[in-house]
Formats: sequence, C-alpha cells, structure tokens
Amino acid sequence: MDFDLSEEQRMLKESVDRLLEDRYSFEQRKTYTRAADGWSRELWKQYADLGLLGVPFSQDHGGFGGGPVETMILMEAFGKALVLEPYFATVILFGGAVKIAGSEAQKADLLPKVAEGKLLGAFAHSERDSRYDLADVKTTAKKDGTGWVLDGEKTVVIHGDCADKLVVSARVSGGQRDKDGLALFLVDAKAPGVTRKGYPTQDSLRAADITLKGVKVAASDVLGEPGKAYAAIEKIAQSAIQALSAEAVGGMQEMLDITVEYLKTRQQFGVPIGSFQALQHRAVDMLVATEQARSMAMFAAMMVDEKDAEERAKAISACKVHIGKSGRYVGQQSIQLHGGIGMTLEYKVGHYFIRSTMIEILFGDTDHHLAALARAGGLIPAGTTA
Amino acid sequence: MELQFTAEENAFRNEARDFFRSALPDAIRNRVQRGQHLAKEDIVAWQRILNKKGWATPMWPVELGGTGWDAVRYFIYKEEMTRANAPEPLGMNVHMVGPVIINFGTDEQKQFFLPKVQNLDIWFCQGFSEPGSGSDLASLKTSAVRDGDHYVINGQKIWTSGAHRADWMFGLFRTDPNAKKQRGISYILLDMKSAGVTVRPIITMDHGHTVNEVFFDNVRVPVKNLIGEENKGWSYAKFLLGNERVGIARVGFSAGRIAYAKAIAARTVVDGRPLAEHPRFREKMALIEVELKALEITNMMVVAGMKKSGPTQDPRTSVLKLKGTEIQQALCEILLEIAGPAALAHEHAFLEGSDELITAPEWNATAAPNYFRVRAATIYGGTSEVQRNVVAKGVLGL
Amino acid sequence: MDLRFTSEEIAFRAEVRDFFESNLPPDIRRKQVLGQRLAKEDIVNWQRILNKKGWACPLWPVEYGGTGWDAVRYFIFKEESYRAYAPDALSHNITQSGPVICAFGTPEQKEFFLPKLRNMDIWMCQGFSEPGSGSDLASLKTRAVREGDHYIINGQKLWTTNGHRADWMYGLVRTSTDGKKQAGISYLLIDMKSPGVQVRPVVTLDNDHHTNETFFENVKVPVSNLIGEENKGWSIAKFALGNERAGIAKVGLSKARLALVKALAQRVEADGRPLAESPRFREKMALIETELKALEITNMMVVAAMAKGGSKQDPRTSVLKLKGSELQQATTELMLEVAGPHAMANQHEFLEARTGETVGPDWAGTSSPNYYFNRAVSIFGGSSEIQHNIVAKAVLGL
Repeated sequence: MDFDLSEEQRMLKESVDRLLEDRYSFEQRKTYTRAADGWSRELWKQYADLGLLGVPFSQDHGGFGGGPVETMILMEAFGKALVLEPYFATVILFGGAVKIAGSEAQKADLLPKVAEGKLLGAFAHSERDSRYDLADVKTTAKKDGTGWVLDGEKTVVIHGDCADKLVVSARVSGGQRDKDGLALFLVDAKAPGVTRKGYPTQDSLRAADITLKGVKVAASDVLGEPGKAYAAIEKIAQSAIQALSAEAVGGMQEMLDITVEYLKTRQQFGVPIGSFQALQHRAVDMLVATEQARSMAMFAAMMVDEKDAEERAKAISACKVHIGKSGRYVGQQSIQLHGGIGMTLEYKVGHYFIRSTMIEILFGDTDHHLAALARAGGLIPAGTTA
Repeated sequence: MELQFTAEENAFRNEARDFFRSALPDAIRNRVQRGQHLAKEDIVAWQRILNKKGWATPMWPVELGGTGWDAVRYFIYKEEMTRANAPEPLGMNVHMVGPVIINFGTDEQKQFFLPKVQNLDIWFCQGFSEPGSGSDLASLKTSAVRDGDHYVINGQKIWTSGAHRADWMFGLFRTDPNAKKQRGISYILLDMKSAGVTVRPIITMDHGHTVNEVFFDNVRVPVKNLIGEENKGWSYAKFLLGNERVGIARVGFSAGRIAYAKAIAARTVVDGRPLAEHPRFREKMALIEVELKALEITNMMVVAGMKKSGPTQDPRTSVLKLKGTEIQQALCEILLEIAGPAALAHEHAFLEGSDELITAPEWNATAAPNYFRVRAATIYGGTSEVQRNVVAKGVLGL
Repeated sequence: MDLRFTSEEIAFRAEVRDFFESNLPPDIRRKQVLGQRLAKEDIVNWQRILNKKGWACPLWPVEYGGTGWDAVRYFIFKEESYRAYAPDALSHNITQSGPVICAFGTPEQKEFFLPKLRNMDIWMCQGFSEPGSGSDLASLKTRAVREGDHYIINGQKLWTTNGHRADWMYGLVRTSTDGKKQAGISYLLIDMKSPGVQVRPVVTLDNDHHTNETFFENVKVPVSNLIGEENKGWSIAKFALGNERAGIAKVGLSKARLALVKALAQRVEADGRPLAESPRFREKMALIETELKALEITNMMVVAAMAKGGSKQDPRTSVLKLKGSELQQATTELMLEVAGPHAMANQHEFLEARTGETVGPDWAGTSSPNYYFNRAVSIFGGSSEIQHNIVAKAVLGL
C-alpha cells in the first residue's frame, strides 16, 4: 500500500495544476463563461496538447493509459478550479461509455478523436421521470432492417448542447424500469430527427434537453449487445461517481482554504473573526469532513474497477453518500462562516457551494445511495452473537 | 500510488488472523464480544500469550522486544486483534510508560522495568490529571520535594484508571513551584505500595469501577525513580502523545461492533420481522459504516505516511481521534437502541464478568452501561474540544 | 395555565383565514407557491388590500393605524398569512421604520411618513451594514456632518436589500467619533432620490438582484429627517430589533412549505413508487415536523408572555430565530431533494416570473435558487453565531 504519487502521476498533477494556476483564476473563469459554449475552446486544445483528454484511454487508443488514480488527480484539480470545459461529459461519460461498452473498432475510431480534442461527446441517458433509477428508460429503439430507429426524450444531458456525438440509451424490450431490454447507441448530434434545446445549469455549466424523433442508427453504431446494456450503464455511472467524488474533494478543499483565509483576514470587534473559538471549531469540522471525503474518493478509486459487481456497487454508493453529506456540510458552513459576502455571486465561495450541491444530485443523491447500500447489506457483514 | 495491500501484507494479515483465532481463550473472547468487563487475570493472561509469541510490544525497538514491523504491519495487527475480539495489550504499559523508559530511562531502569512491563508482571497506572488540572494539564500541583535521596510527594491525582489494580504509577509531579508551569514538572515512577498512598474508587455511570482518586501523604520515592532530568517531565509526557496514533481510531474494534450489532439485530424481532430487515435500521447502520470506511482509509493514509517518514505531526491524527470516538459512541447508541427495553435491567454481575443474568438476553445486557461509559471516549486522552483547538492552531493556523 | 386557544381566538382565526382566502390575488398566490419572485407591484398591491382592511400594520399604536391586537392575535394573523401563501409585509416599512417613527418621530414626521409607509406609497430600505461592519454593526463609519440645516453624508452601506426599489432609506450614520462607538450614531431618514446617492446591485447565489451597495457622496439630508436625538441612534435601532419577535420563527412559512413538499413528493416517482411513500423520506419529514411543532409551542409561549406584557428581552426569542432559520433551511433542502435532477437547470426567467416555461415540471423550477437564498436566513438579522453568543451571555450567564 502506497498513497504517494508515482513519478508519472506527480508530473501529470504538476502539469494540470500549473495550467490551471495560470489560466483559471476566478476572474479568468468569468470570461470563459461568457463564451458562446460557456467554456474555453482554446483551453480545450491545451488540455488535448497536454494529453489530458486521453488520460483514461489506453495507449493503443491515443491515450495515457491511466486508471482511476489518474482520473482522481485530474478531477480534483478541476474541482479546485471549478473548470467549465466538458471533460466530465466528453471524457468520463462519453469516452467512458465507448471504453466500457464499445467494440474494438468503435474504440479505435472514437477514443483517439476524443483524446485529440476533435470530438465532443455527451451521455444522453436521463429522462424526465427517471430520477436516479438507471434502468428507467422510456426512449424506444425499434429494429429497422439491420439498423434501429430511436424515439424519445432525454433531459439535462450535461454538455449535450455542444456535443458532436451522443451515447443514447434506449429500450429495445421490456417495461419502463426493467433492467433487461436496454441498449446504447452512438448518435450524431446533428442527425436527422435530433433536436436539442440547450440551457445553462445552476453551476454555470450547460446542458440540453434532447428529442429523438425517428432517428436512424446503423448497426455499426450500436454499443455492445442490444438488450444487455444495463450493466454497462451502471458501470458508466460508477465511473462518473468516482470522478465526481474527486472533483467534490477538490471543491471542498478549496472552500475550506478560502474560508480559513477569510477567518484570518475579516475583522470584527477589533479582532480577526478566526480568533473566536466557535468559528475555529466549525472550520475544524469542515476539515474533518473534507479529509473523510478525500478518503472516500480514494476508496472509490480503489473499488471502481473491482470485479465483484456487488462489492463495487456498494463501495461506490458508500462513496456517494459520504461525498453528498460532507459536501453539503462543508458548502453550507463555508457560506455561513463568510456571512453576507458568501451569499454573493461576485465572491467565489458560493460558486463552489453551488457546484457541490449539483454534484450531490448527479447520478443519485445521498438518500438514494444510502437506501441502495442499506438494501445491499452495508459494507461489513453481520457477525455472530457467540 | 498503490491502493491495495501487497501480497506480503495480505499473507501477514492471514497469519495474524489465524493466530488471534487460535490463541485467544474463548472465555476472554466472549466477554469482550458481549461488552463485559475483563478481570485483571484475563488481561494479564492475554498479554503473556502475546508476549510468548513476541507480539506484546510490536513497536518497541527489536533489541528490547519489538517486532520490527513497519506501520502498515502494525496497523494490520491491531485491526486483526480487535476484529477477533481480543483485548488490546495494556496501553499504560505498552504505549505509555514503556516507550518513555526506552527513550529516557537509565540502564538500570530499563533492565528492571521493561521485561516486567512487557509481560505485565508490573501493572502501571498513569498519574497525570488532578482535580484542578484537566484539559489544562500543565497547571498540576501535586508536589515532589527533594529530601536527600528521596522525593516527598504530597497532593492528589484523579481519573487514575486501574489504580486499584496497579503495582506502579508513572506520574507528573511539580518539582519547581517557581518555574513557568510546563517547566517545573518531573516524570517519576512510584510504587503503589509505598506508605502514604491511598486509592479511592470513583464509580462511573456504568456502576463500574475503572477510575480512582489517588492521594499522596508524604510519600517517599527514591530519586532513582526519576525519569530523565528533573523539571523536564513535560517534554517526556508530550513525547508520548503521538505514540499511539496508529490504533487511536480503533477502526477494527468498531468494525467488530458493527458485525455484532447486525447479528443481534437479526435476532431481535420488531413489528413482526427482524430489526435487521428494517430499512431505517439498515440505513442508520450503513451511514456509520460509510463513516467508518472513510476513517479506515484515512487511517491507512496516516499509517502509510508513517511507514515512509516515521512519526510525523500528521494533522489527520486528530481526525482519527475525533471521528474514531464519535463512531464508537454512535455504535454504542445503536446497540442500546437494538436492546430497547432489554437495556433497562441492571445486570451488574454480568457486566463484571459473571455468566448469570437476571432477565436480559446476554447480547443486550451490557448495552446501557457501555453506552454510558463510552461517553468518556470524547473526554479522555484530549477532549474533542481540545482536539479541535489543536487542529485549528496547528493545521489551519487560526 | 390554559393550553388551548380561547373560543374568541378560534373565531378570529376563522375570520382571518376567510379573509386571506377570498382576498389574496390568485396570481400572487401562484407565484408564492411556485417560489417565484414577486414584482414590486405585487407587494404594493397586497399591502394596500391589507391596509384597506385595516390590517396593514397590526402592531402599531391604534392611533397610527394599528389593530390593537394582543400578541396572540398577531401570531394567529401571521400564521394564517403564511398558510394562505400570502407575502410577508415589507418589514422595513411595517416592523422597522414604522414603529420607530411612531415611538420617536416628531409630529411632522409621523404625519408625513406613517400613512405612506402603511400604504406602501413610500418604500423604505435599511442602511445599517457596511463593508467593515457586519456582526460588529456599531463600528459603522458612514459619516454625517452637520452643516447648517443639513447633514452631509459620505460613505458606503452594504446589503441594502431592495435599495433599488426603495424611495427612502432609514439609516445609521456616524455623527460623532467621541466616546464609545455606540454613542456617536444617529438614526436618519434619507430620500433615495437625493443627489449623490448611488445604488449598485449585488447579485446573490440565486442569481437574483435583491440587495445592493449604496454609496453616499456629499449627500445633503435636512436635519428635520433626524429621528430622535443626535447620537442616540443606536438605542433607537435596538428598540426596533425586538419588534418582530412574534413572527421571527416563521413557523407558518415552514409549515406551508412542508405541506407543499408532501404534496409534491406524491407526484415524484422514486424507485417505482411515489417518493412520499419511501420510509426514509417520511421519517425525514416526520423529524422536521417534530422540531417544528416544538418550535410552534415555544413560539406560543413567548407570544402568550408578550400578551401579558412580559419582558421585551425574552431570551427565547433567540431560540425562535435559531431554530426558525434552521427549519426554513431544512424545508428548502427537502424541496431541493424532491426536485432532484429537475433542480439542475438554471431557470432564471421562470424564477423572475417572466416566463411560464420550464425545463422540468414548474414546481421544481425554483427549488435550487430558493435553497441557496435561504442559506442567508441564518446570517441576516443577527447570525446564528451571534444568537448563540446572546443566549450564552444573557441566559446561561457565560
């Protein structure tokens, strides 16, 4: 066991940290939000040049050959800087879907393009009534010769507005919430029958509602075996949660740092407010929550590639429960300890609070995952009473 | 970064698990699992079993009876020991006075004490706190006045765990009343059979007798029982504080409690079905398991850091104490909730180790006293409030 | 002791309920239910409806338009108002500047301001906080220097809620730097149209414009706008702080939100059944309802004591503020959880009621901004930390 970074990992971390330090001050970030897409195409190119867009892909596919630890390093840095670019949507979700469910030909075709920064992707899965149930899909896929025809509506597709290609989930058989009968399809975002309505999300990212009307998909654009996609969808969601938990930790650390700095500089009653023990102890509780969340992000990194599906699912749910709870605590307290200034959009800490609120919602909130973990029996098996 | 244990570490884990399973007497295991108090003989017997195996004092220098393990192996040992419902070796001997004698004792002191401390031929208690000196320990007043070859000790200690079982005390005494409060303190070993020592029990909320008041009335202690230099005792005591960080979170112990609580819940019927099947119970339990898992990883990170760079002032140590005690308390609360009305009867004899019960099932009989008793976990060894002060100052710079 | 409302009070409740049901304009009610922002006209309209009924400013002295109700009736009135989803009266007019003018104003000030405040012909904003003066309000620096019949004001205020909608400001300004910092403060009414007043928006986390910075550059204010004596402003402002005690907990508001949450949880499917049927959700609701019930009773006890002419400094007021804001926050958190993924889109135009179009269902369209915005209720009007300090000092004697 060794929690220190290897030489390669350290270099990866240094390069992303350096880039974001140079280019992602809070003021610079504001200018990126004003771009047409709500993020910086120029920085996207820099990520590609540094090899960041291929981090989780194998070297055969133009990638860095990284694993969960490398993803953790990047996402934590992105969380610290509140990065706007569609890394999560394109690399983690879309790239992840292709990596998990795609054929060798599909991977060889698409992943190098993602790594080079030439292809933006999104994961069009959630629907208006699906909430956190990954199997809840009403969008249909009907056989049409050798290909398929898709009909349905997808909602809050993260960065679906700017994506070139979508991974779309649809039902080939079964009822609305059946795990059997799901399939994943590669769909060109500009294909006939696809309409997109883009909009900003709470955390200054972008999303789209996507309508599919008689969208034709060739047999070569099916990911995996039609009807058997649930396991892949679950794996995509688990990878997403692993990445989000690292992002959340980066954000929590930043909220803690900003708050402590504020406690040291803000003067009331003639002294820095950080001299009040009540506020000191609150800051310490924020630190405890952050450190514990970091440990759970580590745990997710340990377990996301675990072969035993049940153990993996439990571990990822446990991680999401902690991230949700601690993110909410750290976020709320960072606002409270700032007082009024924390409530304003001009000041940065609120932006982290909003992002951590959205991370709690993404891919299942605390209650959802707690219920799932509890149903599965928890992390520690029952013993005996002697 | 390597997030898994190595094959050697896993092999070691198996070895430790096998050993604890086969070497721990059943009677002791059962008492620990049911939350009963152990007799002095239980603790002595187990420590001698460990000593025979060479595992009584793993972190001592090898030449003095240590194992030479790195922090990861030691962590595994602690985990497996607590998971097996084995008692931990007496902390006062193994973690507290032993390392101090090793580092600051004279050759004679080492020769006389260390083998006995290791084998529990001598049982040590700690004389630090006083009625007026709790979190502000350095304000202690019990005086040791030099008189020829002896110190003459007068004053009072409080919260002396195990004083009624102890043969010796390691204590802090004021040898210079005029110096700044940390500076005039000396670290002295004292035979509890000395004339003028009186031990008075303090009965805690669990009706148990664990702690005491100890009074000193002109107690004469030979100067050769002074550790290190006179008036330097505070620094020796501080040296101790970082000593038992690997096990401070007691992750293995809490994991064992969770497994036990689940087993009890499976045989406790509520609203016509086992409590273990109620979603609310499961969710409450799962929430604690999540916290414990986070703590386990934090612990491993601290341990891995220690393996590389030796004992450091890792800020996460305070996290281990803070969260570790919170979780222990949460589990005792859950055990109390599972017991429900079965916790009402005062099963004192059972708590003290008898097999006889008035009415409660054996798995519920210690729930209430142990819940009361565990409230002390966030008070002793540096209260949670003091831990937060330490982090605020030492880590956050507030 | 009588633990029930009297029959007169129950009859009064029915009267109030009827009035709200038949007089609150449906479009205002709809916005309130959906959590949308009210336009200035909405607030003015509603206040004028209340004024016509004679209920615009219940707690003012009867001769200035008050109703003569005791605290119990006022409490009932507020509770029913929330139950009906009616907007709160503009506190800056009704509970802050109005009562101050009633108590300390000159006959001319009363004649000019009171009818207009009551009818919202004048909209007041508050000029207390400054960038360097938050919890430590008395350290405020904005200067008012006497020059003939005028004060000349220079400085800056912060958190001027509705400064952009306001006609007048009641502000605290420094008129003397001698002596204790509280002693040099005066309470002044300032026409927001005066030359030299500049209002700059401060956008909050809900992406909305509620509050402002206000800058003063050589603003001339007639001395006739001074309330009470020069340098006595601090005690005047403190007088107004206790004014809204009966309603500060906003129990009715939290109840109305909970009712809404319950209704909406029926419509949301989670894991194949309505969220409202999930045990965890129900138990979370039940816990909040229990807390809310306890607060309601505390509130009634405070109110009953007030009705008997009890002390204005009832320490339970701090409990009302503390727990009340916690519960308001808890209900908005629940609403956010019910909305789930529907809370992610930024639907600013819908929040402002400028469009009826939403990404998800309309009831979820404001859940996240309202969650963020409610984080402020434990900050403004004396933060929770300040309330803790007050209780520690005044009640516990610490």
